Amino acid sequence: MSVLVNKDTNVLVQGITGSNGSFHATSCKEYGTKVVAGVTPGKGGQNVEGIPVFDSVYQATKNQRIDATMIYVPAPFAADAIFEAVDAGIPLIVCITEGIPVIDMAKVKNVLENSQSRMIGPNCPGIITPGGAKLGIMPGYIHKPGKIGIISKSGTLTYEAVYQTSNLDLGQSTCVGIGGDPIIGSTYIDLLPLFEEDDQTEAILMIGEIGGSAEEEAAAFIKENITKPVFGFIAGTTAPPGRRMGHAGAIITGGQGTAEAKKAAMKDAGITVVESPAMLGATIVEHL
Amino acid sequence: MKIHEYQAKELFRSFNIPTLKGIVAKSADEAVEAAKQLGGQGPWVVKAQIHAGGRGKGGGVKLAKSFDEVKEYASAILAKPLVTPQTGPEGKNVNTLLVEEGCNIEKEYYFAALLDRATSSIVVMGSTEGGMDIEEVAEKTPEKIVKVHVDPAVGFLPYQARLFAFEFGLGKDLQKSFHKMMSAIVDAFIKTDASLLEINPLVQTKDNQMIALDAKMTFDENALYRHPNIKEYFDPNEEDPQDLEAAKWNLNYIRLDGNIGCMVNGAGLAMATMDIIKFSGGSPANFLDVGGGANTEMVREAFKILVGDKNVQCILVNIFGGIMKCDVLAQGIVDAASQISLSVPLVVRLEGTNVEKGREILDKSGLNIITASNMGEAATLAVKHAGN
Repeated sequence: MSVLVNKDTNVLVQGITGSNGSFHATSCKEYGTKVVAGVTPGKGGQNVEGIPVFDSVYQATKNQRIDATMIYVPAPFAADAIFEAVDAGIPLIVCITEGIPVIDMAKVKNVLENSQSRMIGPNCPGIITPGGAKLGIMPGYIHKPGKIGIISKSGTLTYEAVYQTSNLDLGQSTCVGIGGDPIIGSTYIDLLPLFEEDDQTEAILMIGEIGGSAEEEAAAFIKENITKPVFGFIAGTTAPPGRRMGHAGAIITGGQGTAEAKKAAMKDAGITVVESPAMLGATIVEHL
Repeated sequence: MKIHEYQAKELFRSFNIPTLKGIVAKSADEAVEAAKQLGGQGPWVVKAQIHAGGRGKGGGVKLAKSFDEVKEYASAILAKPLVTPQTGPEGKNVNTLLVEEGCNIEKEYYFAALLDRATSSIVVMGSTEGGMDIEEVAEKTPEKIVKVHVDPAVGFLPYQARLFAFEFGLGKDLQKSFHKMMSAIVDAFIKTDASLLEINPLVQTKDNQMIALDAKMTFDENALYRHPNIKEYFDPNEEDPQDLEAAKWNLNYIRLDGNIGCMVNGAGLAMATMDIIKFSGGSPANFLDVGGGANTEMVREAFKILVGDKNVQCILVNIFGGIMKCDVLAQGIVDAASQISLSVPLVVRLEGTNVEKGREILDKSGLNIITASNMGEAATLAVKHAGN
């Protein structure tokens, strides 16, 4: 078992003929992901490394089942691509695109809430079930099938966590990068129950960062609903207030969104807070 | 991206949000000329144009009753850096003034629109405590702040205008113009992709008009591609020169006050690297995310920025190669070191894609590099070599 994606997931790639889209569609396919189709308007009939390209999501979904789509469409057109995927009823949308205007995301979010689709991202590394399927831009080879479920706002910091848990033979059930933008498709609370239900997942590692209040809300949710051990790390303890730390959402404003407040909320919920990012794996080993 | 008050007011006028007549001046003489052009008997208001708030408290907003006073205040404001509660003790140089006509104020309000990430909507808030620091109002008298949520796809609704009007006891004769103005404010927010629109104060005049006396706007940088007119409002004088240099190369750089320069790929890992330096007893000199798709040139320029910071006593490079390959990073460092003399210790921790190739490039370069096998060791070594 795993969460959201596995080796049988039929995957579509929107923006497949662009340089990012074609590179990562190919690398996901090489990892073992069932990439069955791609979409680029006006490029229908072509193929990318044997993956057939369609003009629209409507056409791509006409004669085959699509379980998930990965979006690599450039930011100015990304919201439109998401709406197109929602309209086609694709259950899982993974949006990798970075730099989508936040007002576009506000509109997307409201449409998503009244739809059958779940979205991960944008501005995220994607999802991977090690040994099963990779829908994203993460380096596949650092992962190892195993028992830790990871939910994270950050890309490379997740690789760090993956690397540590792989080296210590914990491995990962599924890793989900939710992205660091102010408005995202799925947050911790949307995903935690999936890991709670998943047999393969024995513990959950939650990686957060300064800004917003998603970590505090997740902590309150975990206290009431999650029985598996949860480990947490918050990046940005040393970040100065009022400055945007790379991610559009990583900013402390008016005393809100500090690492200290998030860590306190996590501890209060019984989450084991890891202070040093070098100790993510070791701390889990010590407690499991 | 932040803009100046006079620029925000230009945008306000294009959306029919009422403002006072004003003219921009670059010198004391131009300020007097501006006051003469505005005409009337005065008074005129001379306002320093800098991005930081709290200008009034720092002496950057002055009411002048004569042309002589306009000249006097304009010269004084332009003469030295303006220190406000938001500029830091060194203050900010003032290059531009806004000279405005005065008005007779009956009542002052506060209004702002901003994006609420929790509800994916626009929050419009108003308060009768105009002219005050809103964070102080929120803390001491939160009941004086009224908020409504606006769905960006629906826009501002008539009942929301009525809600404010009744809450603030606006007279019947004002309600229609008030509704029009509030709709214009929300319209301006949405159509310019603003991240903040703040009017403090918005005033009701003695002759019963509502006017935006101040104007503050910041914009979503991801959306600037669709607003070339707003992009032109960018003022490089307001930015730190090192930040500007970094932005030119698409690097995410924020200068801090420690002595360990960091170069990292990815925002989360970059923050975590700063944290682990602190955790190990040191202090980071900066946040620097070279991004996922950095090339050799970007790494080289990033490295130059770190070396150019006089506070830096040691450099820590922490890279987890994903899309970014370790050999590209290594080559960038070697290139930079061949162009500039590296006078501080360099600690490097490489992991991920093409790590063997990357280590080989560094080994063969003859550079004096201290290698670390994990993040914890890298931080400990950097702290030691920085002399902490």
